[in-house]
Amino acid sequence: MSTSTSSTIAGSGTGTPIIKIRNFDFAYGDSQALFDINMDINEKEVTAFIGPSGCGKSTFLRCFNRMNDLIDIARIKNGEVKISDVNIYNKDVDVIELRKHVGMVFQKSNPFPKSIYDNIAYGLRIQGVKKKSSLDEVVEKCLRSAALWDEVKDRLNESALGMSGGQQQRLCIARALAVRPKILLMDEPCSALDPIATAKVEELIHELKQDYTIVIVTHSMQQAARVSDRTAFFYLGKLIEYDKTDNIFMNPRDPQTEAYISGRFG
Amino acid sequence: MKRFYHHELEDLRTKLILMGEKANTAARIAIDGFLESDLDKIEKALSLDDAIDHLEIEIDRASVRYITLRSPVSSDVRFIFVAIKASHDLERAGDEAHSIAKRAKNILIRDGRIENPVNIEAMSLIACSMMKDAISCFVEEDLELAKAVIERDKEVNRLHKEHFKSLSIGAEGDSAEASTRVETIIISKSIERIADHAKNLAEETIYLLTGQPASNDPA
Repeated sequence: MSTSTSSTIAGSGTGTPIIKIRNFDFAYGDSQALFDINMDINEKEVTAFIGPSGCGKSTFLRCFNRMNDLIDIARIKNGEVKISDVNIYNKDVDVIELRKHVGMVFQKSNPFPKSIYDNIAYGLRIQGVKKKSSLDEVVEKCLRSAALWDEVKDRLNESALGMSGGQQQRLCIARALAVRPKILLMDEPCSALDPIATAKVEELIHELKQDYTIVIVTHSMQQAARVSDRTAFFYLGKLIEYDKTDNIFMNPRDPQTEAYISGRFG
Repeated sequence: MKRFYHHELEDLRTKLILMGEKANTAARIAIDGFLESDLDKIEKALSLDDAIDHLEIEIDRASVRYITLRSPVSSDVRFIFVAIKASHDLERAGDEAHSIAKRAKNILIRDGRIENPVNIEAMSLIACSMMKDAISCFVEEDLELAKAVIERDKEVNRLHKEHFKSLSIGAEGDSAEASTRVETIIISKSIERIADHAKNLAEETIYLLTGQPASNDPA
């Protein structure tokens, strides 16, 4: 099917696009991973990418902050990714600056081997912020935003590595928030967490969308259904269907989407 | 931990209570209109049906959406299934109220006033109180009240049988009186059905509260 119809690009309903992807082809060496992706992602919404392993959803996510630049054989064959109307693959785009605006949280929590406080303050210190009161303010604000403040406020100087897995993941989210991104990318952020920690991260995602645009890759269709406003289904590097989450899970248009979400795939 | 989507269950519960109130109001004023030969009440009862039907559609949609998107389990999934079944019972109770009002209007227009040849009032008092209590036992999660509602259904059934026997005599033929008797039988049957739906609601509440069916007899 064509992936460039207007309904596929925007999904149904209204919203203000902050990420616009057009005619996007991506390859690892000779192996094409993404084919002619056209999509708008709305600001201050949660957009979920679903699809079987190897469908390209994580590759696509990593295109939004140019994480794929770190892979030698990765290349854009065609198309563009615009964030706030700037093509992020333009030669004059500062990748470090881009990643300040587009934060990322990974599958496995990766706190620095530092104190809880220093994990949050790290990005700000690199930016040159030295004033303790300013750092204190941001650390508290970010930990509160990540629903972690009450749990750690009395042990900010303890090692982050002593926290539970769920707390570490929320710390990583708080750390990403410290540099005031517009967009937060999450690559299977709950796959290593137990159900309670998963529920806390999902609650956090729901809270954060008031201020941030969130794009999440998840293998859990129930999670995509619970947390996202829009869902995109990928298969073999193609965007098969993109729509409001209600429509994708209650009445998808494409039989491949129906087959995947109902477990009849393959 | 309360999840961000749990308020959707509260919204569903509110809709179900509102639907119960509307169905109960429709039944009560339809019967009052019949008993008092009051065309205004009859018309008011007729006008409530669309709102009740609309609420059933809303509850069905919200229930299917919750099942699809929120993966409910245990008491949450029981609540959803009870919401679907209860809204169906309330919609049917609303239909019976509509039918009572329609028949009452026919009689009133044809005969000028409504004779009440049998004691519809006694039967309707039980049926309406059953509906009111069925909604209350759901709202207040009152298991004992739910059981009491179920018990009262037998008396309504008995009264309807009496009415049927009494009204069947002289119900043949094309006379106005025969037509009135047939329509009064249908009204009596509708009241009996309203009591059945109230009983169903009470049984659904017992299932909601205990996780067990109200009756062990599958028949």
